Amino acid sequence: MYVAVKGGEKAIRNAHRLLAHERRGDRTVPDLTLRQIVEQMALSVARVMAEGSLYDMELAALAIKQARGDLIEAIFLMRAYRTTLPRFGYSEPLETAKMLVRRRISATYKDLPGGQLLGPTFDYTHRLLDFKLAAEGGEVPEMPELAQPDPQEMPRVTDLLGHEGLIEPDVPEHTPESADEDGEVGDLTREPLSFPAERDIRLQNLARGDEGFLLALGYSTQRGFGRTHPFAGEIRIGEVEVEFFAEELGFAVPLGRVSVTECQMINQFQGSAKAPPQFSRGYGLVFGQGERKAMSMALVDRALRSRELGEEQGAPAQDEEFVLSHSDNVQATGFVEHLKLPHYVDFQAELVLVRQMRREWEERNRQDKADAQEAAE
Amino acid sequence: MSEAQDDDAAPREAGDARRKNVMALLARSDTGRLAAAWEALTNKPGYRTVRAPETGLVMVRGRAGGGGRPFNLGEATVTRAVVTIETGETGYSYALGRDRKKALYAALFDALWQAPRHRGELERSLIGPLARDLEGADARSRAETAATKVDFFTMVRGED
Repeated sequence: MYVAVKGGEKAIRNAHRLLAHERRGDRTVPDLTLRQIVEQMALSVARVMAEGSLYDMELAALAIKQARGDLIEAIFLMRAYRTTLPRFGYSEPLETAKMLVRRRISATYKDLPGGQLLGPTFDYTHRLLDFKLAAEGGEVPEMPELAQPDPQEMPRVTDLLGHEGLIEPDVPEHTPESADEDGEVGDLTREPLSFPAERDIRLQNLARGDEGFLLALGYSTQRGFGRTHPFAGEIRIGEVEVEFFAEELGFAVPLGRVSVTECQMINQFQGSAKAPPQFSRGYGLVFGQGERKAMSMALVDRALRSRELGEEQGAPAQDEEFVLSHSDNVQATGFVEHLKLPHYVDFQAELVLVRQMRREWEERNRQDKADAQEAAE
Repeated sequence: MSEAQDDDAAPREAGDARRKNVMALLARSDTGRLAAAWEALTNKPGYRTVRAPETGLVMVRGRAGGGGRPFNLGEATVTRAVVTIETGETGYSYALGRDRKKALYAALFDALWQAPRHRGELERSLIGPLARDLEGADARSRAETAATKVDFFTMVRGED
């Protein structure tokens, strides 16, 4: 039971005022602009959009500024903001095969149509601090090198392999195993999580799930807790057009582009009574440039398919109730952090109980000692 | 559906596809450019706001595996507006973000583009140049990315 407390208004007001002061920091240092955050803290912005489950760079930058760079707090602010807006509807599914690609690599095929494009990556950097960036005024980097683009299309790697029948295909329409009876797409913002959860719900949950939590779970599958033998079939980052079917117009209206990261994980699969041996797959898709998150999501998505694929279960990453119930960092932080709010009455009640238990214990001990003494004499 | 309606369907779809293309360009444009284009119009029509610019959310969907069953990825802010210009055409706009001014201008230009007396000027002054600039930005992005294309080769290590 939680009993409300009253009072402390003045202290709270002053604490918030102090927070605003600390947030601003040294007032002789220029104030951060949202544009600076969007442009130069782009990967923080991406994470806040992905886990805040709201694509809006400027809002994400504002949330980061308000939260003093605490990304989970910023994610919380985004989630709270979205509840103030009406929902117009659902977009047409993104066509990631038509992405304006900024980066695209495959760890399984070195010669693939459209080629391997490293894009703006930390890979192959030496991870040495670059003190040129510390200089006042900052470093002005060279303009990017240009080259003639490959006119070839860039099909998704999983679509290339598909025709050999060695990799499981996408199932576009619902089948008895893959969908609810009515074929509706589940939506966690409308319906609370329930189990067993189908893949649409699982993917939505993972897409907004905490990067650190999914990274740890994905890592655990690699280390043997629900091993799935993964290969990064393809990672692509870039911009995709979003379309929204407007009833009043009778066609799908283009809304502009969003930046996303997609990961196709290809995993070993021995085959089962139902399916021949072939590669199975895990999928990751997140807003913005979030390669680590997309890869982790794909690993965990594949682990959560163990039930559907008839694999032995038991590792944490395969336990959908465990994974899906604990992936959301806003829920998690709410429950963990509520412990610091006043629990005085709860604690008083427990204190009374412990005192009584202690009295009884001491009484019993005394009695036991007395009995032992008596027996010895 | 009657046969007459079926006959209309093809040209209407072609018209919709062109209009959709214009709406895509307007959605990707920045507000300053749309405002400047409106100010520069030689004969601005009178207009009435049917639905004032309104910001809301669209739940963006992906597909499992890229091509499989849809799932809900996350929401995006979207702003929309509807206007009618004095020659009777109704313009709609939908664009990512929370920019109300942009929504209003984009709806106005959608209406103008549908009006035969305005389309030519609009194509010349805004739509054509906008298409070229956005295509130029995409081409530049492709060229920058192309310069990072890598040819990995495999080497045999050790002796067999």
